[in-house]
Amino acid sequence: MASISARRLSKELTEIKNEGCPVGINLVKADDFSTWLFTIEVMGESLYQGEKYTLQFRFDSSYPISSPAVQFVVGDGHTSPVHPHVYSNGHICASILGNEWSPVLSVVAVCVTLQSMLASCKKKERPPDNDRYVRNAPDNPKKTRFHYDDDTV
Amino acid sequence: MSSDYEISDDDENYYDYDEDMIDGTQDEEEEDGDMYMDTYGDDFKVAPKNKRKPYEIEYESLSQAAVEKLMQEDVEHICGIFGVDGSTAALLLRHMSWNKERLIEKYMDNPSKVLVDAGVTVKEPSSPSAPVRSHSSSNSNSNANNGRRPTRSTSKLIGLASGSKSPKIPTVSPPALRPSKPTRPTPFVCPICFDDSPDLKPLSLDCEHSFCSGCWTAYVSSKINDEAEHCIRCMAEGCALVTPDPFIRALLLVEPTEPVGEPSLQKENVATWARFQELLVRHFVASNPNLKYCPYPSCTNTVSCPGAASKASLATVVPIVSCGRRGFGITEEMSQSQPVGMGLAAKEHKFCFGCPIESDHRPVVCNVAKMWLKKCRDDSETANWIKSNTKECPQCQSTIEKNGGCNHMTCKKCKHDFCWVCMGPWAEHGTAWYSCNRFDEKGSVEARDAQSRSRASLERYLHYYNRWANHEQSAKLSVELYTKTEKKMEDMQITSALTWIEVQFMKKAVEEVEKCRTTLKWTYAMAYYLARGNEKELFEDNQRDLEKAVEDLSELLEQPIEAENIPTLRQKVTDKTVYVQKRNDIVLEDTAMGFLEGRWKWNVAVEGFDEPEKVEF
Repeated sequence: MASISARRLSKELTEIKNEGCPVGINLVKADDFSTWLFTIEVMGESLYQGEKYTLQFRFDSSYPISSPAVQFVVGDGHTSPVHPHVYSNGHICASILGNEWSPVLSVVAVCVTLQSMLASCKKKERPPDNDRYVRNAPDNPKKTRFHYDDDTV
Repeated sequence: MSSDYEISDDDENYYDYDEDMIDGTQDEEEEDGDMYMDTYGDDFKVAPKNKRKPYEIEYESLSQAAVEKLMQEDVEHICGIFGVDGSTAALLLRHMSWNKERLIEKYMDNPSKVLVDAGVTVKEPSSPSAPVRSHSSSNSNSNANNGRRPTRSTSKLIGLASGSKSPKIPTVSPPALRPSKPTRPTPFVCPICFDDSPDLKPLSLDCEHSFCSGCWTAYVSSKINDEAEHCIRCMAEGCALVTPDPFIRALLLVEPTEPVGEPSLQKENVATWARFQELLVRHFVASNPNLKYCPYPSCTNTVSCPGAASKASLATVVPIVSCGRRGFGITEEMSQSQPVGMGLAAKEHKFCFGCPIESDHRPVVCNVAKMWLKKCRDDSETANWIKSNTKECPQCQSTIEKNGGCNHMTCKKCKHDFCWVCMGPWAEHGTAWYSCNRFDEKGSVEARDAQSRSRASLERYLHYYNRWANHEQSAKLSVELYTKTEKKMEDMQITSALTWIEVQFMKKAVEEVEKCRTTLKWTYAMAYYLARGNEKELFEDNQRDLEKAVEDLSELLEQPIEAENIPTLRQKVTDKTVYVQKRNDIVLEDTAMGFLEGRWKWNVAVEGFDEPEKVEF
């Protein structure tokens, strides 16, 4: 299994290096096959114009069969975007990171999805249960069972 | 109880039960009631020797294989009606939660829609612009808006697949494991692991999303083992096809002709397949109100108890059942090597069919038992602490804890000044601080009366709770005591002239004590909620008689055991055990009959019963 995840990630990395990331997404760090960092910006008109966020991917040996652990980096000068699906600790409630993950999705696909999630946001606000969630949140967002109730944003 | 005579008309029952399923739910309650009474009547006629006691419910224990047989019968039934193959019928049934009637109705109405919804066939490509799934994620929506696909490799694949896709006709071809089109123009690269070696085995469902067999196996194993999912969709994003059983089977189980892979991996895959079978059985059991899975860890038996399947029936019966196995986590081999009934550790898998309480809560019905447990969880410790550490303000009844200082109390809430010792108004104390000698004065007597009234309900609860907890504790202690005694008895068997059978009386007695204490425990839960009246008094008389008998027997069990007094002790214990058994039967029988006759009235509202006439304690 470990070899599948390594092979897959090295292939994804080569593709990123050869073809570059989509507009607004930049690779910051991918020194190993456990943690990658990207910066993400929303291009064009949006509530997040001119803001730059750092996105962290954590992979385990069962990637891509199971989803990567994805969150915004918080602290050290980084913050998480104010968005109804993003908690202040950087955790993201998105169905493709949970029960709708498919092994054919890739790191870049996740970045693009999150980018468009930010782009389509109409009101900057935290999720309604932010404080309660952040207080008890596990370190790994994959351990949280999110309830996906809103497909519009 | 699964006695022999039931098995004689087994087949008939099966069909009856199938009929019930088809008939639907509207008349379920009625039928269940009838069934209970009928079988009870039959019992009486057919096998007077094996008479089921009124407090026992009729049930049948099924092994996993037996449940699989039931599933197979349903599948074959559907195959016969729809003319589809077994794996398709299974997917359709699972999609409809094994509700055959609804499936037949829907299928007759619109077969292609049902097949698409169940993930058997792909949607007809008549409206290619429509999203693949109605509840598609925010991701695929936004991607569609952006006009781009998640990854380049995926888009390539989807393009290829849709290009080669021929319009699907709703006739069902078995979606078996098949290699993807061999005439693929480009060499196959698995879009998941990016492996492109020529000996890779590309596999796909009818949707023709091809992935290599290794990725398929890893995916299927992860779904089964990590997510306990039996409905496994195609790996392609947004594809709703469900992998049929033969596909999964072929992935996990190696055909005899194929080269055998790594043995450890093979073993793992075989275990995954077994787990998959178990998940299917669990789903079937969960979908059928007549069935319940044994809650004991690693036990795979199922109990069928149609008499307790409806909520309404739980007001009249306490469906305590046993799956037929004993012990914790005992596998087939272990239970064979170890004779059943060795020591008290090999306990029966007894549980309640009607509620999640994993023990015998007879004689009290599920709803009352649940209410009591909730109250105990919420209240008992708090209540105990309040009782021993606080008093109530004589004026406003606020609960007050005295945490230091003198006896002159000023209520924080109503500012009433009173004496902590006599509870009378402080004004009457004059200057006699710290030494209250006014206990009998009128004012303080009144204050204490008011206090005791407000405490009465707490006291009442604690009365029942303490006895409940005591019986639970005593039952544990008697089992502990027995483990010590058992050793002694066995020693004695070696040193004295007694035979093995002669030293077994203690075991029987301890088992009986434990059983009766469980009954007694729950009688207190019942008594707490029973409305006052003659019925309650009769109930408490029976309870008292059983309690006395059990305490007597318990005392006998604690007597020192010497070789010379064994014969007398044995006689006494055996007699008492029989008596205790009788008393237990009386309590359980009378209570069970009371439920059937609707004799019991509660002092609170209980689901399934009439509202209490008035609340009184």
